[in-house]
Amino acid sequence: MKLEDFREKQIASAASDEELSAAVAREFQVIGRRLRRTDGMAKSSGRAVFTDDITLPGMLHAKILRSPHPHARILAIDVSKALHLDGVHAIVTGSDMPVTYGILPWARDEYALCIDKVRYVGDGVAAVAAVDEESATEALDLIEVEYEVLPHFLDPEEALAHPETPIHDPKKPDANGNVSKHVRLQFGDVDSLLENSAVVVEAEYYFEGTTHTAIEPHCAIGYFDASGKLTVWSTTQVPHYLHRELARVLDLDVAKVRVIQPPVGGAFGGKSEPFDLEFCVAKLAMISGRPVKILYTREEVFYAHRGRHPMLMRYRTGADENGRIRAVDATTILDGGGYESFGLVTTYYSGQLITAPYTMESYRFDSTRVYTNKPCCGPKRGHGSVQPRFAIEVQLDRLAESLDIDPIELRRRNFLGSDTRTVNEFHVKSNGFLECLDAVERASDWSGKYRRLPHGRGIGVAGSCYISGTNYPIYPNEMPQSAVQLQVDRSGRVAVFCGASEIGQGSDSMLAYIVAEELGVPLAYVRILAADTDFTPVDLGAYSSRVTLMCGNACIDAAGKIKRQVKRAVAESWECKSRQVALAAGWAFDVKDTGRKMPISEAFNLAEAKYGALGATGSYNTPKDIHGEYRGGTIGSSPAYSFTAQVAEVEVDSETGFVDVRKIWIAHDCGRALNPVLVEGQMEGSAYMGFAEAVMEQHVFKESGLHNAPSLLDYKIPTSLDTPELESLIVESVDPEGPYGAKEAGEGPLHPSIPAIANAIYDAVGVRMDRLPFTAPRVWKALQLRAEREKAGALPPWKPESSPC
Amino acid sequence: MIETIRLTVNGDTHELGVPSHYTLLEMLRYVLGLTGPKQGCDKGDCGACTVLLDGVPTLSCILPVQEAIGKEVTTIEGLADGDAPHPLQEAFDLTGGAQCGFCTSGILMSAAALLETNRSPTRCEIREALAGNLCRCTGYTKIYEAIELAARALREGRSPAELSGS
Repeated sequence: MKLEDFREKQIASAASDEELSAAVAREFQVIGRRLRRTDGMAKSSGRAVFTDDITLPGMLHAKILRSPHPHARILAIDVSKALHLDGVHAIVTGSDMPVTYGILPWARDEYALCIDKVRYVGDGVAAVAAVDEESATEALDLIEVEYEVLPHFLDPEEALAHPETPIHDPKKPDANGNVSKHVRLQFGDVDSLLENSAVVVEAEYYFEGTTHTAIEPHCAIGYFDASGKLTVWSTTQVPHYLHRELARVLDLDVAKVRVIQPPVGGAFGGKSEPFDLEFCVAKLAMISGRPVKILYTREEVFYAHRGRHPMLMRYRTGADENGRIRAVDATTILDGGGYESFGLVTTYYSGQLITAPYTMESYRFDSTRVYTNKPCCGPKRGHGSVQPRFAIEVQLDRLAESLDIDPIELRRRNFLGSDTRTVNEFHVKSNGFLECLDAVERASDWSGKYRRLPHGRGIGVAGSCYISGTNYPIYPNEMPQSAVQLQVDRSGRVAVFCGASEIGQGSDSMLAYIVAEELGVPLAYVRILAADTDFTPVDLGAYSSRVTLMCGNACIDAAGKIKRQVKRAVAESWECKSRQVALAAGWAFDVKDTGRKMPISEAFNLAEAKYGALGATGSYNTPKDIHGEYRGGTIGSSPAYSFTAQVAEVEVDSETGFVDVRKIWIAHDCGRALNPVLVEGQMEGSAYMGFAEAVMEQHVFKESGLHNAPSLLDYKIPTSLDTPELESLIVESVDPEGPYGAKEAGEGPLHPSIPAIANAIYDAVGVRMDRLPFTAPRVWKALQLRAEREKAGALPPWKPESSPC
Repeated sequence: MIETIRLTVNGDTHELGVPSHYTLLEMLRYVLGLTGPKQGCDKGDCGACTVLLDGVPTLSCILPVQEAIGKEVTTIEGLADGDAPHPLQEAFDLTGGAQCGFCTSGILMSAAALLETNRSPTRCEIREALAGNLCRCTGYTKIYEAIELAARALREGRSPAELSGS
């Protein structure tokens, strides 16, 4: 059977009265089914057109000259020799684009290309457009840059101690220019509750930096047409913000800038702000009059970064004798790298997002983000909260041990509940965390394994909570966060225009499922046009796990308007009540008499005759009255929170310290799974990525400021042979704010992987791994220390009753 | 220097002028416009550029184009039989084996080579066959499921869609 025939059959075959009766009885026709993606065959056939697959007539190629110094003043740049090289068409430097930009409007601290200073090895200084990449690369060697090298800092504590060498000008005259942001918030009387705790555990954790490593490198194409309109194709995951910043930096009318985002080959937060290449292709296209493309090399991707912040976290956690959390006191230093990026938000997230799924009587966090002379850190999947989640979940494991309570039971005792507020005043509505705990406990045979596996094998648990988008947008405004426009053809085909960014997570498919559900059209009749700022209404982008909840609601809003018109028109023709008409499976039919029906296209035609051209817009805006009543109380406030629990099982080789993660069970409360295949894909991909950070990845730098391993060979990410078995267990809590009750699934399920593995290592061999990643040398060293202490009688043997495996 | 070479790609023999320093990937993408094979690293590390050379999975980004002369090159564009998708392609679509899709064409070529010689691969054999292809989205699970489904379809002479009951 041909694919198209199959698709028809799959969705549109409910032609018989029996099937329509069954459709009447079902709650949903499309939602919740294990359907294909709308872009699956395009991707599996190699036909999906990614940014680098686009070639325009007369297109030039550009390369960016990058700083060899981690910290230096630029004294002079001479491009004259390079300009004379054969094949070179245009060169730009920082002074051609002298407007600062930044993803946060109150922290714009970057130039498209550096003007006065470079702040990390790899900071862009000049860009050359030439007939081919080879000529452009040759021209880079001819550009002469005179630098005055400055002292540089790779360690945040060192940068803090040297305010006399500020990486950025201080925000206030007496401030330390190496502090990017400091946040201190306290809820309740932490000090006295710590004093009055039955047990207090205290530890220091270090989360190593990691980077996104999407397989598609960043790419952009600029095209400036004769009418003065700029078009930029980009691998961005935030076309709307790129649109705004391009206009600002290039001093163009926003209406004369068009951003098109083709399908993105993975992003994970690494493409969620403008980068130098987008400004450079635009400016070079404007100067040369030719289309210009830049494709980052893999090495440039590592330097562009904006990945996970290294964080040093000191935690004190107090509990009563029953394991109820009385106080959490956290002090965190974030290594921000050379610029602000989302840093202000990251600093808040490093504290704000650990206050669920557990009740805590009091909480204080003190977080300081520091500039260093390294590539800038930013948001990576689970922005700012994966690091503290590691700390708090290992703290809970320590508490459980010192009180001799099962770690799953300890988490149950501290369950926050649903329709309640966290200690920092966030409103949590649906909460399926207990069901998540139950699911992983059962699936993993927890009670048969915890502290019962032989020495060297262990099992660990962790939980987490994450936002489904943020209530407050990046730039303050009252407009909707997401909007969708629908247009209906007389054939029954429905076009969906939406600014949402398909980055692999399935946002195009999600929109199609909702339209098919609401309007009763076959999936093959839905066309998606996404992320083209000339044609699609604004969606703020694919970040903070906001797309399903926000675009989904906008889509239901738009489809609902058309649905009402169609039902009214059909009801009029049948002389019945509009609520008696249902649209499903390619038909409009009478719910009381499914023998009375008409093809959906005919129903659309009736509505068009009655109302004129069929189309609608829909939008979604977040509730603005839900946040904490304090400065920063809006950051972390979300329309809905997702919950995850994981159990990891590991085997630790006590000879080498090698940690073999055998399996991870992931239970995730996604509200409602609009398509379980896609939800599982997000859960498995998240746990894989968490596992990778736990045992393999290290985004680290040499003393010179050079990246230690800027290639996919040296920066270790897991292959199929490394990746453990992953089992997804979907939990549905049906949230009142989500579309059909849906919440996020793309980021939350990453959080517990790392602490679950750390806790499993402890169960296996009795060593606490508080510093990431858990590489063989580090674990081996910890095993040696434990062995020495056991020998000295300071510690009892670990699981002595079992023989090593 | 431009060199004239004869190259057989997806069954078509082309006479092409290509710069002599080109890799097979550059030739495929820039000269023939076959953009299915992807450039993820340009160093032979990620596997997104994988094509078949006389049926053997090969990293086209580090293969000088001359090495492909006289051999059969198969890219993702040549995997389907006319308009009928290869069972692997259909299986990937059914199980959610492709998310962002950037590694997909390379993974499909490695998987196709595996199924040519082994219609009943174990999970372990599948993992080994994919060890040169990095995927950053899926955690590989749905990819394994897709390959197992396609293998079963090939064994039983049925379509992956029938087998998966959808």
